[in-house]
Amino acid sequence: MQIPYTIEERPDTGLNNSKLGVWIFLASEIMLFGGLFSAYVFLRMAAPEGDFGYWGSKLNIPLATVNTMVLISSSVTVIMSWVSLKLKDFEKYKMYMGLTLLCALIFLVIKYFEYTGKFHHGIYPSSSTFMGIYFTLTGLHGIHIIGGMIVMAYFWLPAGNKMWHSNPEQFTNRIEVAGLYWHFVDLVWIFLFPVLYLL
Amino acid sequence: MSEHDNGHWEEHVKVYLTVFGALAVLTVLTVAASYLNVSETEAIFLALAIATIKASLVAGYFMHLITEKQTIVWILALTFVFFLVCMFIPIITEMDHAKLA
Repeated sequence: MQIPYTIEERPDTGLNNSKLGVWIFLASEIMLFGGLFSAYVFLRMAAPEGDFGYWGSKLNIPLATVNTMVLISSSVTVIMSWVSLKLKDFEKYKMYMGLTLLCALIFLVIKYFEYTGKFHHGIYPSSSTFMGIYFTLTGLHGIHIIGGMIVMAYFWLPAGNKMWHSNPEQFTNRIEVAGLYWHFVDLVWIFLFPVLYLL
Repeated sequence: MSEHDNGHWEEHVKVYLTVFGALAVLTVLTVAASYLNVSETEAIFLALAIATIKASLVAGYFMHLITEKQTIVWILALTFVFFLVCMFIPIITEMDHAKLA
């Protein structure tokens, strides 16, 4: 069965179904992370004074700053991959999507070094309330990075060539909504970075 | 693809790169601000203000919310209300304590 309104807009919503679907999904994602941010506020208010600051100071700000830049860059490359498809330049799309995947990989590698660095110092999620919420929030965010990479890698590999050649407009929309998700993951990090590392 | 269309996309790309520059500058700014000698409340306000500006830039330009259809804006407005409720729950519990004390 053909899914309706993947290219043309539905008259009542003014959107194609893929875009509306992804935005509704992102709304649910806001609530998922919102609940955990709420937990962070709750735990911070209940913690002894200075406790969150003390444990937070053990985190590596330079590495997290680099990671912030990496994610912001990947947001630009993913949008450039979409623009390339709009301009019917599939080779450029491949390049920009490849760069996006590379950025995502760099982010995960840096995150890996951060995590193992903590483990080497005997710091685990069980070490303190702060570390508990830190590993929960960044862990869930990391899983979102991996999820995004799986989807984008699928569109980047030969399966993408096939989709592009059989239905370029639908493929362009797919990249657009995958990009929406990717920007959201970037957006979550924009809040995680100051809340966990800087405050 | 006509000449006109290509020019139209060039404008878009310029906007994306400008937003990228702004995000990079704000990232440096928020790290610098964290070393300022201010009270905890001021630090939280400053960090969240910068993060909100960055998030608005990403949502507005990268996710095209500025030019997007009303349907999405309404879905997000509703989500935002529930998000605020979520964020206020811990504060309400704190008010309970204040009353008891």
